[in-house]
Formats: sequence, structure tokens, C-alpha cells
Amino acid sequence: MKLKLHVWRQNGPGNEGRFEDYVAENVSEHMSFLEMLDVVNEQLIARGDEPIAFDHDCREGICGSCGFMINGEPHGPLPSTTVCQLHMRNYRDGDELWIEPWRATAFPVIRDLIVDRSPLDRIVQAGGYISVRTGSAPEANNIAVPKANADLAMDAAECIACGACVAACPNASAMLFTGAKVTHLGALPQGQPERYTRVVEMVTMHDDEGFGHCTNHGACQTACPKNIKVDYIGRLNADLRKAKFRHPAG
Amino acid sequence: MELNSRIPAGPVDEKWSRHRFEMKLVNPANKRKHKVIVVGSGLAGAAASATMAELGYDVDCFCFQDSPRRAHSIAAQGGINAAKNYQADGDSVQRLFYDTVKGGDFRAREANVHRLAEISLNIIDQCVAQGVPFAREYGGNLANRSFGGAQVSRTFYARGQTGQQLLLGAYQALEKEVRSGKVRMHTRHEMLDLVLIDGRARGIVTRDLMNGAIESWAADAVVLATGGYSNVFFLSTNAKGCNVTAIWRAHRRGAGFANPCFTQIHPTCIPPSGDYQSKLTLMSESLRNDGRIWVPVKQGDTRPPKDIPEAERDYYLERHYPSFGNLAPRDIASRRAKEAVDEGRGVGPSGVGVYLDFRDSIGRLGRDVIAERYGNLFDMYANITGENPYEVPMRIYPAPHYTMGGLWVDYNLMSTVPGLHVAGEANFSDHGANRLGASALMQGLADGYFILPLTIGDYIARMKPDDVDTSHPAFADVEREVREQAERLLSINGSRTVNDFHRELGALMWEYCGMARSEEGLRTALRKIPELREQFWRDVRVPGGAATLNQSLEHAGRVADFLEFAELMCYDALDRDESCGGHFRVEHETAEGEARRDDERFAHASVWEFTGVGNTPKKHREELTFESVQLAQRSYK
Amino acid sequence: MRRVFSLWDSTVGKKIMMATTGVILIGFVVGHMIGNLKVYQGADAFNHYAEGLRTVGEPFFGSGQLLWIIRIVLLAAVGIHILAAVQLVMRSRKARAIGYRKYEGDMVFSYASRTMTWGGLIILGFVVYHLMHLTFGNAHPDFVHGNAYHNFVTGFQSWPVSIAYILTMIPLGFHLYHGFWSMLQTFGATNPKMNHVRRPIAAALAGVVVLGNISFPVAVLAGLVGY
Ligand SMILES: Cc1cc2nc3c(=O)[nH]c(=O)nc-3n(C[C@H](O)[C@H](O)[C@H](O)COP(=O)(O)OP(=O)(O)OC[C@H]3O[C@@H](n4cnc5c(N)ncnc54)[C@H](O)[C@@H]3O)c2cc1C
Ligand code: FES
Repeated sequence: MKLKLHVWRQNGPGNEGRFEDYVAENVSEHMSFLEMLDVVNEQLIARGDEPIAFDHDCREGICGSCGFMINGEPHGPLPSTTVCQLHMRNYRDGDELWIEPWRATAFPVIRDLIVDRSPLDRIVQAGGYISVRTGSAPEANNIAVPKANADLAMDAAECIACGACVAACPNASAMLFTGAKVTHLGALPQGQPERYTRVVEMVTMHDDEGFGHCTNHGACQTACPKNIKVDYIGRLNADLRKAKFRHPAG
Repeated sequence: MELNSRIPAGPVDEKWSRHRFEMKLVNPANKRKHKVIVVGSGLAGAAASATMAELGYDVDCFCFQDSPRRAHSIAAQGGINAAKNYQADGDSVQRLFYDTVKGGDFRAREANVHRLAEISLNIIDQCVAQGVPFAREYGGNLANRSFGGAQVSRTFYARGQTGQQLLLGAYQALEKEVRSGKVRMHTRHEMLDLVLIDGRARGIVTRDLMNGAIESWAADAVVLATGGYSNVFFLSTNAKGCNVTAIWRAHRRGAGFANPCFTQIHPTCIPPSGDYQSKLTLMSESLRNDGRIWVPVKQGDTRPPKDIPEAERDYYLERHYPSFGNLAPRDIASRRAKEAVDEGRGVGPSGVGVYLDFRDSIGRLGRDVIAERYGNLFDMYANITGENPYEVPMRIYPAPHYTMGGLWVDYNLMSTVPGLHVAGEANFSDHGANRLGASALMQGLADGYFILPLTIGDYIARMKPDDVDTSHPAFADVEREVREQAERLLSINGSRTVNDFHRELGALMWEYCGMARSEEGLRTALRKIPELREQFWRDVRVPGGAATLNQSLEHAGRVADFLEFAELMCYDALDRDESCGGHFRVEHETAEGEARRDDERFAHASVWEFTGVGNTPKKHREELTFESVQLAQRSYK
Repeated sequence: MRRVFSLWDSTVGKKIMMATTGVILIGFVVGHMIGNLKVYQGADAFNHYAEGLRTVGEPFFGSGQLLWIIRIVLLAAVGIHILAAVQLVMRSRKARAIGYRKYEGDMVFSYASRTMTWGGLIILGFVVYHLMHLTFGNAHPDFVHGNAYHNFVTGFQSWPVSIAYILTMIPLGFHLYHGFWSMLQTFGATNPKMNHVRRPIAAALAGVVVLGNISFPVAVLAGLVGY
């Protein structure tokens, strides 16, 4: 099949960007979206142009490197699917695709479709961990964890930090990301001692990084390739309220 | 090159505790004055950085991705082994040790493997305390499953994302130390060379992938935890960025490279669908528990699978290995699949693939049971191939997956270059000639959390204090070389893309140094690789500039190193005139078509010394002695 | 108090304040609607109810005192609600300074959630008009102090006025629907067992208020309420 692409090109962080038009020819339905871009890139290089830069690594939907907007949807139209796992059989001959980087003030564009997602690391630095010195851990089966809690923790921990939630949110909020980590650690007995300082620190960092607030819109949940639920934002909210009123740490 | 493995004296089960006592300690007050560079933020690198920072060292950690959490370890699915014996099914440290030595086809160092088995216990404790959401039973205790043909249930798992969850645990510990200021995390930084001063590893030179800046970093010790080199085959299950650059550059600077030809092929991957294929996706091996592997009896049989009658199907694994059947070990299952394809009996549009058929188990257990067991794998398969595996048999084919070879290290995980330590898949590891399922994660974390942070102290404590920093001329020299290489790549402006060369190299390696290797094939490869390398340096086209984010340039540097490394791999494969584990030489098979080891001549690790690009490398050997485990021929009949 | 101020520091805290004030306002809107149902019992009952509002709390409070306290609380709630909203909207504008060429994010969830800002503004304008119309009377052509029933009936006998009232109930409904649901989310009332009923409850609440309110002008125009 043949597709018409409008791709955001931008040389560097401070530069002006623009959409360039390309035609992707002989696209096989078995290709992944990124393989389709690989082929376009090979042609660009052959004709002396610079290839389209995009982040990617595992191409299995787990590392969270890839991600951009396709026709206004993060990771494209397929639910629960990263763009590296999106296959071209979801498109038809002649389709026209607008390909844009994530847009958020907290995620400045580095080049073309690559943005700087380091604010997500800093949110984790603020408190997204359980402190335990290596070697000082007690025997693993000493603390039983109810299966339901373990499952909830795992559901929330599946987040891959790709940034699609931020990209989708009309407010460019990273609350789904933050809520997922707060929920994961808060669901486990090991996560209790730091539970309330964690949520305050993480939310503060979230705001300082310039993300917007959550209006409970839900676009993040629709965009999330890993089915992270907005319920986790509710849990974060509850923890924050308790942190402020019931367990204020000063 | 001197190989001193520094294996502590004493019985195998006391070596590690004895060694821990004998190692020198760094005065706690002085630790913060000692800088350590860690390249890599996968399980091994992140765990080591976090732990060393906790101990008080001043750590610089590097990775080429935009976040340490994206290291390739994130993709591991199946699980992690530990001899906890929670299932009370007869497991023990001793058994895990034995299984690993045997599984590695007796090409690993006993002392290291025993230590690994001991530490496996601590790893689980550590990860649970960090909040890794391992699968649990209803009673709240940790669940286990049996994995990769092990006869006990010792594998801990977090759904199909064990690597992800373990890495996130280590990543979170790392980020905590970043916040506390004890680790400086340098993301999107690629190490391009190692800097030696007075014969010791004293720093690295990196390229900032965002703006192309070439920078130097000095330290008292350098750790490489940069993962495996399966991408020398171009198509592998590894992430696209996995490369050999860090360890290859260290090798060029004097670090011995051990057993480069020990690579592992995974039997159950989704076959390539076209020449645009960029990587291969692993399907969990657990599928072989209920799927039956077959190909048509007739060559070139293009009928749809459902039209092929039972009598015209060859369930070749069940035929060859009546007792293990479809669960035959990875290397055997892989080789048999290749055999079938080479005979012209392969299936699918490209003829490269075999069927993994669930028809019978769906008939026996019902679709629901199969959906419950493998639902997400089936969905993944359907998403990638567009075929419904409940209706049509899956197509699978082996793919390069893991590399047992790597930089040679002693018991302290130090390479032949003093001060250069190597952890995780990047070292020649504890897996010998073949790695058992769920053991790589265990090794990466053992190295990172529990071994390296202690052994590096022994090295640092013995160092004489000095004031080496990046103003030392050695750094400027290496920086210049690194810059020159980039400029050279950019100036060739030839006619072929980097990807094109990588693809060709991969095809060549797969053909001659893949699942089955022959003297003749390896000699052909050794002729063709230098030609391809020469062509690369004459005709590659790397667009763009040096001072911006330039993915083609990144890739070009990696392929340039693969083109040198590939030759070493073939030398090693040619030299190792036996079959063992993942290394199969067609000249050495038993009457049943299985690997025949030659313990007389090859019970050693081959450690190669760099002698210049295009020159024959020099071989050294570390003889392996087996005191606790009896050398025995593997049999899966 | 310090805790309340520290709440204001974070986006989540601001949302908690919005939700808290939202609860007060929802309470008011519901009470207001129920109180007005008295209009169906005739002029005396309605006027008595209107007068009764002034004497609520007696003898503990003097005439009109409690009403004033309630008014002040409501006014403060409206003020905080709006201030938080404005700050948050500005923040989200800043959080995505460069927009998308193509964006489908708006299409995915409810119409209600993406009209909170506009709906809020319309409601604000309406409240001002409504106060001038039926409380202070300056926007009422035939206002009689002390005769709420009269003002009510004559006010709604005007077709344009009634239609305006009816139309603004639509954004009010959406605002209540999303606001109520959102309030539960913000308070973190996400008990998994309750999750599936959160939206229906929000819809029911919004529906009852909207239908009740719309019934007033309709009843007047249909002649069910009059003299
Ligand atoms: C699909 C798949 C499934 C697997 N499943 C399992 C399993 O179930 N159980 C199991 O035990 N094992 C499994 N493995 C193997 C296991 O995942 C790996 O062996 C292990 O994770 C390697 O960890 P590592 O820390 O050594 O390296 P990696 O995780 O590969 O990390 C390498 C790090 O080095 C950095 N790096 C590399 N080169 C440079 C450079 N030049 N400059 C700067 N940084 C650099 C990278 O950025 C990265 O941070 C699987 C592997 C694959 C491919
Ligand atoms: S490339 Fe890893 S998630 Fe897409």
C-alpha cells in the first residue's frame, strides 16, 4: 500500500519545526509502524536527506522508548498498543497520516519525534521507591502479601513511562504516571513506611516539572498502552489528602 | 596477558564467605573520595550503581537510552531462578549449582557458579523488599513455576514481565541515589572508548547523543555492564540498541575476550516476515508445554496446515526425543528446526519457520484453558502476524537471544585490565556454553547487588591514592581518536546505508556462525567479513553532522565495531573444534545428531587478546577443573 | 489552616479545594431545587418558605443572620472554586504551550469533562443574572419585594427568559455530572466495588436537578403554576 505522511521535522531543541510531506510506498501490511518509518528513512538517506529521528529500542512494547502522535492519537489508533507494536495492517492504501511528537512544555522536543522525558525520572527520584539497603532485606516469605494486593501492585507497575498519558491529556498532566507508581508501592506492605511522604514529594515534583493538573478527563487511560487506570489517580488523591490531614510529616 | 582467576582456596561452598572475609575494605570515611564509573543501567549496572552509592562511593552511571529504566533487561519475560525451595520439591543451592554447571555443558567456572547459586537467595529477599510485585499464591506467599526444563519449581516471576519489574526495582533504587546526589546519571551518553593510565582503567570517553559532545570521565575504577552482543546477527530478540561497542573497545585496549562464539539461539520466536524485518520477537518458551512442533513430511508442501493430514506431518522433536519431545532443550529444538527448514520443509510465506500447533491441546483442554494459560501470548502473536493461533498453528523459528561469551573476568569480576570490572551479560559469565532459562536475571543481579560492590572495594583499597583526572593527556588522546572516527564515518558519503551493512553482516553471521557451524563455513566467513568491513569503510553513507543528535552516526559506530568483533567470533568458533552447549560444530555430533564435547582438548575458556584489526587474535586459556561436579555427557533422549 | 494553605500549593491540593467547594455548591443547588418545589403548593406556601429562609436558625440567630452566613459561605465557595479553576486552567495552558496539529484526545472521553471551563463560565454568568432577576429584582420588569411567588410567576411568563433558564440547565447538568464524578475521584473515593456506580450516581444527581429546575419555567408557561 501507499501512504501519505506529514512528519514533524525539527533540527534541535530551540529550532523552529515544520511538517514535511513524504510518500511511503510498497508498505507491507506485515510491517510494524516503525519498520515502515525505517524504510522511509532508508530512502531519505539514499537520496541524501537526513532520516526522521524517533526513539525506539526494544520494539516489543515494553521499554517505553517509542511513542509519537499518529493522527492525533498517542501510539496510533489501536488500544493497548505501543507504536512499535502497531502493524500496518491497521491502515488502508491511500491513508494520510499526521505524525507529531508528544507535545508538553515539560517534554521539550530534542529532534523530530524525540522529546525529553527526563521529568518522569525526576518524579521517581522524588519518592518513587522503597528504601532498602542492599543485603539488609528480611527473608522474602516473612511478609505475606495478599494476592489481591500483589495483583493490584502489578497492574499499576506495568507502566512503561512512555509519556503517552501526558501526550493525550488536554492539560499535559503526568498524573496517570505518578498515580501508577504511588499505587504500586502503596499497595504493598513494604511500601507503607514511606507512603505519605512519597505521595507529597512526587506530586510536588510533578508540579514543579511543569505538568498540568488532572481534570479527570480520562484521555490518558484511553491512550495508555499498558491499561493503567485513572482509578490510580484517585488513589493518589486519597493518599495526598491523608498525607496532608492525617499523617502530616511537617 | 596473564589470566589469574583468583579463585579462593577451600571447598566450593565456603569459597565466597572465606573470600568476603579476606578482601580488603575501604575505610568508610574515604569511600566518597573514590569515584567509580558504571557503564550500563540494566540489571547489573543499575544494581551495582545503587549499591555502590549506598556504600558511599561516588558513582557516575551511563546509558544510551533516555532513561536508565529502558535498558534491555526490561524485556526479559519468563522469570528469575533462586534456590529458595519454597515448593519443598527438593531444590537447594547445591542443585541449582549443579544444574547450572551441567546446563552450561561444563564450560563455566565452578566457584563462580556456586557463588551465584548461594546469592540467588538474597536476590529474592532484596527484590521483594524493594516492592517487586512477584506473583503470589492465595496464601500470600511467593509463587514459583518450573522453567526451561528444570525439574524443580524455582523460578520467580511477575506475570510475563519479570525483567521489567526487577529492573524497575533496581532503577528506583538507583534514582533514589541520584536524588541523594551520590550517583550522577548520564542518560543518552554512549561510551565510545576506555582510557588507560599506567595500565589501569581510569576512565572513559563518551558521546552525548543529544548534541554530539565528546567528553571524558575519570574514576578509580570502571565497570562495564553493557549487556550482550546478539545484534551481531542483526536480527535477534535483543533491543535495537544492544551493541558490542563498550566491551569491544575495552578489548582493543587490552581486555581479554572470552568464548565469543558461545551464543544462544532461542527456539520460539516469530519468524521474519520480509526484508524490512528489524528485529525478532520472542514468544515464551512455556508455549512448548502445550504446543506440538511439526513440519510437513513432503518438501515444498504449501497446503494450508489444516489440509495436511496427520500422516503427512512430521512431529520431529517427538520423533527424535520420545521422552522430552517438544520440551527438548533450546539448542536442540533450534537446530532441529533449522534442519527442517534447510531440507525445504519449512512453512509460512518465506519458508523459514515451523509450526507450533495447539490444535490437540485445545481439543483436549478446551479453548478456555489455553486462553487462560497463553492468552496474552496468543494476542501478541495475532497482533504481529495477523493470524489467529487458536485457528491456525503458530509459526516459529529460532533467533539469536543471549550471548554467554564476553569479557573475561576473574572471581572478583575484574577483567585482564586492572580496574576494569565487567558485570551482567557483558562478562563471560557463569553460564558456560549455554545459559539456562531464568538465569541471566539472576546473574545480572548477583553481580550488581552482591558481588561487585564488595570486590571493587578490594581493588580500590589496594590502590595507591593519586590525583588522576581528565586533564591527564591520555584522555585528550582518546578523545581525539573518538572524534576522528566520527569524522571519518561522516566523510565517507558512500552509497550504502549503515542498516544495509548491518543486515548483510547479520545474514553472514547467521549463515556461517549461527546455529550450526562448520570449518568450511567459518573459513568463508573469515574471508568475507574483512571484505565487508573494507567495503563499509569505503562505501557507507552516514548523513547528518557530528554535533547533533544523529542516530545514523550512532548506529554506524556500533556496526563498525560489530564488523571487527564478528571476525573474533568466527576465529573462536573455528578454534573450538568441538560441539558444546550453544556452539555446535557439524563435525562434532554424535550418531544421534547431538553435540559432542571434547573435554580432553577444550575444557577451558578461550580468552582472546587483541592484536590489531585484521590480525589473527592471540589465544590464552583458562583451564577449567571440575571438583564438585562430574563431567558427563548430556543426553535428552 | 496551615494544612489548608499547603494544600493550595499542589495541583492535587487545589483540586481537593475545588472538590470541597464543589460539594458545598452541589448541596446548595440541590437544596435550592427542592425548596423551589414548594411553588407547586401555591403562593402562600412558597412565600412562606421564602420568608422562612430569613428566619432560619431563630431564635439562635437573628432574622436573616444565618442566611447571611450561608450566603458568605456560598460566596467564598464560589470564589475559591473559581480561583482554583482559573489557576488550573492557566497552568494547563502553560503545560502545553505548543498544541497539536491534529488532536483526538478531546474526542475520547465525555463531552462533559471537556466543557467544564465553558460550562462554568456560562453558569457563572447565569448566576449573576438569576440573582438580579429573582433575588434583587433589578433585572425583573415587575419585581415586588416580599412576594417571591409573584416574582417567580411573572418572571417565567416571559418566553425568552424561560428559554434562557432552560438552556442554561444543560451546561449545569454537564457540570454537575462531571463535577460530582470528578469530586469522588479527587477525594480518592475509588473503592473498586463502587466504581461501576459512580457514573450512574453522578448522572442521576445531575438529571434530577436539571429536570426539577426545568419544570419551573415549563410549569409557569403551561399554566400549571400561576394565579
Ligand atoms: C526477549 C528476552 C527475554 C529474556 N528473558 C529472560 C528471562 O526470562 N530470564 C532471564 O534470566 N533472562 C532473560 N533474558 C536475558 C536477560 O534479559 C539479559 O541477559 C539481562 O537482562 C542482561 O542484563 P545486563 O544488565 O547485563 O544488560 P542490559 O540490560 O542489556 O543493559 C545494558 C546497559 O548498558 C548500556 N549500554 C550498552 N552499551 C553502552 C555504551 N556503549 N555506552 C553507554 N551505555 C551502554 C545500555 O544503555 C543499558 O543500560 C531475556 C533476554 C531477552 C532478549
Ligand atoms: S520500542 Fe520499546 S516500547 Fe516501543
